[in-house]
Amino acid sequence: MAGLSVDIALDYPGFALALSHDFPARGLTAVFGPSGCGKSTLLRVIAGLERGARGDVRFDGETWQGAGRPTPPHMRGVGYVFQDARLFAHLRVAGNLRYAARRARRAGARPDEAGIIAALELHDLLERRTTTLSGGQRQRVAIARALMGAPRLLLMDEPLAALDAGRKAAILPLIERLRDSAGIPIIHVSHDLSEVARLADHVVMMKDGRLVRAGPVAEVLADPDTASAVGVREMGALMPARVLRHHDDGLTELAVSGGRLLLPQIAAAPGTALRLRIPAHEVILSRARPEGLSALNILPGIVTGVHQGAGPGVIVKLRVGEDDLLARITRRSAEALALRPGTDLHAIVKSVSIAQADVSTAAV
Amino acid sequence: MTALPDLGPLWLSLRLAGWATMILLVVGTPLAWWLAHTRSRAKPVVEALTALPLVLPPTVLGFYLLVVLSPQSPVGGLWRDVTGTTLTFSFSGLVVASVLYSLPFAVQPLQAGFESVGRAPLEAAALLRAGPLDRFFTVASPLALRAYLTATVLSFAHTIGEFGVVLMVGGNIPGRTQVISIAIYEHVETLNYAQAHTLSAILLVFSFVVLLAVYAANRRFPIHVGG
Repeated sequence: MAGLSVDIALDYPGFALALSHDFPARGLTAVFGPSGCGKSTLLRVIAGLERGARGDVRFDGETWQGAGRPTPPHMRGVGYVFQDARLFAHLRVAGNLRYAARRARRAGARPDEAGIIAALELHDLLERRTTTLSGGQRQRVAIARALMGAPRLLLMDEPLAALDAGRKAAILPLIERLRDSAGIPIIHVSHDLSEVARLADHVVMMKDGRLVRAGPVAEVLADPDTASAVGVREMGALMPARVLRHHDDGLTELAVSGGRLLLPQIAAAPGTALRLRIPAHEVILSRARPEGLSALNILPGIVTGVHQGAGPGVIVKLRVGEDDLLARITRRSAEALALRPGTDLHAIVKSVSIAQADVSTAAV
Repeated sequence: MTALPDLGPLWLSLRLAGWATMILLVVGTPLAWWLAHTRSRAKPVVEALTALPLVLPPTVLGFYLLVVLSPQSPVGGLWRDVTGTTLTFSFSGLVVASVLYSLPFAVQPLQAGFESVGRAPLEAAALLRAGPLDRFFTVASPLALRAYLTATVLSFAHTIGEFGVVLMVGGNIPGRTQVISIAIYEHVETLNYAQAHTLSAILLVFSFVVLLAVYAANRRFPIHVGG
């Protein structure tokens, strides 16, 4: 196993982290959970910044922490993007980048300096003082600086959390490109599910310092048992889709494995692969094929599970084509429809409810 | 105003302050670094010891130094055996005394400087493959540059202005231990007001110009130190 493998424990007054997991050696793994669940602390343990951590951390055949002295952070070859950027105030943007590149070269690596500057669109910022940058610019520089260090593993601690929606939207595609081209595993901490749905190949879901569920992103997000960590209102399955054509009335037709969907205009060329996140509370279920409804998007499916939660709601898991879909309905409706595994159903997806932010342009 | 006074004591004071400041920066940096970063329970003890010269009457500090540095004590005796000279009533003894006397003026600004730099940029540097010394010289020091400037000026100025400790440890030997403050005192004692005036004025103008230069520089170059 060439990836990262951790089996660690850390105790602070009022907080305990205990987690064991083998991270995939490729792609972007999102560590997701509510604030204070220990996501960032996990990242700091991996980087070697938490001296109180016990247990094992191994990467690519090396033991970073185990029996004996832990490998100090500067010897691990880890890149780290902090939530607060942490640019060096005494250096300009170019100086910050050079700081990383010089030390990477000393360690025998060859960072593609021009390529990184181009990828993060930093040409016009190189001579700026870091104190004059906007939040989004600071994070772009921080990501570029981490890459200049030619890391073998990139850790990102909520780099977008402090940004407004517009700046976030400008950086997300850059991270997507990074995920697809960097060729190193990335661990990305986030408490924003739409960000996770958009970026992640794998998800590690945490709550109260412990792992709740881990696996491929579509599988984890379609698992009703994660409701306690995600929050019932946030539940929603991922569905890969492809743009078919744009209609004259402003709708875009998408192909999913279980049929067709019509969504308000998506700015992507026909053929583009997308990820849709369909919130569970935006799905209505019907046993008969509905007639005379204003909703456009109706997908046939089979019930694969009915999960009771606390309160009046249940989460129904459906198989639609080759993908999973979650629907949140009341227990009374579930009983009225006599839902059980194997029941044939029609899922009505309220087209306007699919948020544009959740429509990713990444290949699935 | 009569003839120019003997400027020897002024040069001696400058030489003493120069040496003391240099040694203080070298010794004070690791001490301030430790105080800024340690979680040891010994920290308040060390902080209190470092701050003692601020509150002790110089005569008390001077008295203890006289005892410790004298050839009869282990420290002073060792020095005499190694170098063949005594620490009391010598320039070397004055340097030792000045370093102790001005210690808080170097350590406290440096400690505050390192604390305000904090761990965050050092962690960032470590994760860009910078080792501990590398981090200190390329991140912590430049970010604490203003603290270094303050520590240097305060140590230097405070050493120039000392009187009691120097008198106790060094006495008043012209050309060896007679620094400017003692020379002025002696001129006054011998009713030689003209010379006392001249030396005092030199010290006053010198101190003001140094402080003015520092504050002006501090204002014009806040923290940026290169690209």
